[in-house]
Amino acid sequence: MFNRIMVPVDLAHVDKLERAMRCASDLAQHYDATLVYVGVAAATPGSVAHTPQEFAQKMADFAAEQGQARGVAAEGLALTSHDPTTDLDPTLLNAIEDTGADLVVMTSHVPNLTDYIWPSNGGTVAKRASVSVMVVR
Amino acid sequence: MTDTSASQGIPEPEGSSQIIETDYEIGQDNFETQIGPFGLDIHNPVFVVSGACIIAFVFYTLALPEQAGAAFSWMFSAVTQGFDWFFLSAANIFVLFCLLLIVLPVGSVRLGGAEATPDYTYVGWFAMLFAAGMGIGLMFYGVSEPMSHFASSIGGTAAEGGARTDWAPLGAAAGDEQAAVRLAFAATIFHWGLHPWAIYAVVALALALFSYNKGLPLTIRSAFYPILGDRVWGWPGHIIDILAVFATLFGLATSLGFGATQANAGLNELFGVPVSSTTEVVLTSAITAVALISVMRGLDGGVKVLSEINMGLAALLLLFVLFAGPTLAILTGFVDYLAAYLTYLPALSNPIGREDTNFMQGWTSFYWAWWISWSPFVGMFIARVSRGRTVREFLICVLLIPSLVCVLWMSVFGGVAIQQVVQDGYTAAQEAPLELKLFKMLDALPLASITSFIGIILVIVFFVTSSDSGSLVIDTITAGGKVDAPVPQRVFWCIFEGAVAIVLLLSAGGLQSLQSMVISTGLPFTIVLLVMCVAIWKGLQAERRIL
Repeated sequence: MFNRIMVPVDLAHVDKLERAMRCASDLAQHYDATLVYVGVAAATPGSVAHTPQEFAQKMADFAAEQGQARGVAAEGLALTSHDPTTDLDPTLLNAIEDTGADLVVMTSHVPNLTDYIWPSNGGTVAKRASVSVMVVR
Repeated sequence: MTDTSASQGIPEPEGSSQIIETDYEIGQDNFETQIGPFGLDIHNPVFVVSGACIIAFVFYTLALPEQAGAAFSWMFSAVTQGFDWFFLSAANIFVLFCLLLIVLPVGSVRLGGAEATPDYTYVGWFAMLFAAGMGIGLMFYGVSEPMSHFASSIGGTAAEGGARTDWAPLGAAAGDEQAAVRLAFAATIFHWGLHPWAIYAVVALALALFSYNKGLPLTIRSAFYPILGDRVWGWPGHIIDILAVFATLFGLATSLGFGATQANAGLNELFGVPVSSTTEVVLTSAITAVALISVMRGLDGGVKVLSEINMGLAALLLLFVLFAGPTLAILTGFVDYLAAYLTYLPALSNPIGREDTNFMQGWTSFYWAWWISWSPFVGMFIARVSRGRTVREFLICVLLIPSLVCVLWMSVFGGVAIQQVVQDGYTAAQEAPLELKLFKMLDALPLASITSFIGIILVIVFFVTSSDSGSLVIDTITAGGKVDAPVPQRVFWCIFEGAVAIVLLLSAGGLQSLQSMVISTGLPFTIVLLVMCVAIWKGLQAERRIL
């Protein structure tokens, strides 16, 4: 049913992603799909990496590590954005097409007041993506 | 060349660049929390201390206006008059340093590593750096400054007790109309040409180099790493960053306040909108609201789009004035004024033994302190959008091209205004107050109501582009160099800046005294900039060795 499952990840907050990642790997095992971990960062040095090159390497390492630990095929994709704070949603939506994903599994927070002003990334991706999106809270 | 799309897959290897090995991890001093529904990711203590200092200064200015006014204006005079030689010498060093880097082999070092590709097209990049760097000043001084220098030059020199009392540049040009025009433009271009852009270029280059090639966070303190080492992550670094936030926020808030008064005067002239503090508060709030939308849309969706709109409108107005005015005379003037600038440049930039004290201290030294106090903001913003350019390309585009654009702008706007006085005897622009000179000059040209309206829109949009890029810069500094801090933080700084402007607008003399204080910060930053030159040199040498 699903061949490529895209999992957006923030390497600075991996601890908060466990539920979504476990859910994604269970689905990948069930459908024999490949997981594509996607990370978005600015080209400026940040808390995860100092250069886009280092970031790409970290994403690749993360995917390999996760794939092995969870026993599924996994790839890493590092994307750079000029202003990740505001460009995260369009960047992820583009990534769905670029990676050929047919399902997105992503973490989101419990909606609160600010979601009326700044909708959550999970909410926006679910609203705009043409593929199935599973938002894990 | 095209914009690299936001989604470009795994970036190509960026090529060799020498990352500085430090134990400091970006964001390690940050404090991540949730206040109500708002997420925060702020640097501790830079965010809190700079915010508290800004509030304390505003209260001080409001509670004791006379004392604060006197203290700040004393500081301002002491700085611009006592250290005029220092500002002039330092600015000359920055120009020479930048020109040297263009011609030396280190100019081939690429920001972001040997194979990095530019983040923005030339048009988008240039529009953003120009809108943040000068923008609004050109609208007000494009007409008024050449006129002031022309009037003082043609008036000749005057002395009392052996000291010059006139404001003319150099030896003036008493009674000689042609020479006075040339001297006026040479002096104006001197203040808007190579020197200010070299000041911005030094800061921007230092930050871009230490961030993109050395892997240090995008904050002012990073440029000090070669000198202070790991101490930049402690209090010496905190103080540098706090000072930068301070100068940026007050610089923006005071400009925003003055801008609102000027826009109000323009609206009054055009549409009869009453000049009152209510109108000014409404204007400030409106400018802040548009800036808010812009920062929420981000660098590409907000700031870049507005900068490009601005650039298009400014070009339109420039072309209109060029063709509606005496086109041939203006174009001949452009070449002539450029030649005059180069002829008078050595004398105008001479820091010692000058007789034209009023001009040197009241104009040049003031401008240099002003540009330098703005340099952390403009420099950091330019750095943010300049990844992927070589040092040579960067300096040509940040130093030489903007200087030429300024020469063209001044030649067109100032040229038409002076022609109106000299040849047509039309003196309305000459006699008008600063904020109306542009509109009075446009009045004498065809389609005045349309061009004046474009002029007002430009003034307002220039303020918006300063406000939004400033909010992004302050947000990055107060988030310890992280550019992906939560949106509410940049929203906070944008609103805070508008609120400070409104509070100062409503207080008598508050804007004036705080602006004096901001300009005084130019003095410590001049030392910071000189240190940056050394740091850039060291950093570029290390990059060259590994190429």
